[in-house]
Amino acid sequence: MRRWATYSSLVVFAALLAAGLSLDEFRTAVANAITICLSCIGIG
Amino acid sequence: MFRLTRRRWVQILSTIALNPIVPHFFTGKIVQAQSKGVCVPVLNCYSCPAAVGACPIGTLQHSFAALRFRISTGVIQPGLYALGSLGIVGSLVGRFPCGWFCPFGLLQELLYKIPGPKLRVPKILSYLKYAILALTVFILPAVILDAVGYGETWFCKWICPAGTLEAGLPLVAANAGIRSQIGLLFAWKVAVLVAFVLWMIVSMRPFCRTVCPLGALLGLFNKVSLLRLTVDSSRCLGCGSCSKACPVDLDVPKEPNSPECIRCLKCVKACEVGCLDYQFPLHARREVEVAPADQDR
Repeated sequence: MRRWATYSSLVVFAALLAAGLSLDEFRTAVANAITICLSCIGIG
Repeated sequence: MFRLTRRRWVQILSTIALNPIVPHFFTGKIVQAQSKGVCVPVLNCYSCPAAVGACPIGTLQHSFAALRFRISTGVIQPGLYALGSLGIVGSLVGRFPCGWFCPFGLLQELLYKIPGPKLRVPKILSYLKYAILALTVFILPAVILDAVGYGETWFCKWICPAGTLEAGLPLVAANAGIRSQIGLLFAWKVAVLVAFVLWMIVSMRPFCRTVCPLGALLGLFNKVSLLRLTVDSSRCLGCGSCSKACPVDLDVPKEPNSPECIRCLKCVKACEVGCLDYQFPLHARREVEVAPADQDR
């Protein structure tokens, strides 16, 4: 039962990852991460 | 002689591997590389000048903060990439990255080594991190929007002491342009950091146990992850050495796969009769020679 849950979880999140990549979220993540997030560092 | 454990070496090497571009600390710039899109499964601020990866909690918040604005422009990006990355890591190893790879976890363990009175973290506070995860990472960024339709990164902006330490302080120190803009928010964030540092000296990993949204998220997978702790109760002597070794004060034989467990595996090492072990594909079961006297106990 637990094995089933583990592998189901893996498949579901792999699908989410693939969906995110197909929606071009990786590029957005790069764009966010290469810009200094001023509010994150306490400015703004 | 002072000797580092294998886990401590992994923590140190992981901190260096996640933040290798040290010269940027002096220039006040951050790394501009495609690797910054890769979500690392630990709390490591991507505005840290030396960081080469993305903090998944920051990435998730940005996705939710921009969700409605992007939808209004026809772009659907609901943070599936970051959620999927975290879910895969969680399904494989649960909170293992907290115990072995997180630079902020390492800092907390080192600060706790400072001698002095020590306090336990009240168990009730461990539920706080789920509220923080739900509110500051998912709900508030998506719901409270500015005039343009953007939300805020609530956790990063108001709470995250890792961001203040790894990004805020170094950038303010090295970048005059940023230094000229600091105000009350920065003072608040430094105060939060100082409060946590003081707490870290007297309690073991208080941030991970009470506030960290990433720990909360990965901990949800502890019960189903491929990596899991096993207890052979027929061999357990009830000596309590595993629970004494546990940095998060778990009663290990009763709750080996608790969401609080950071998978440091100290309990496995502490168990002298080998009734505790971890399960993972290709991991051979630990065999411990037990003296006949011990078997009789």
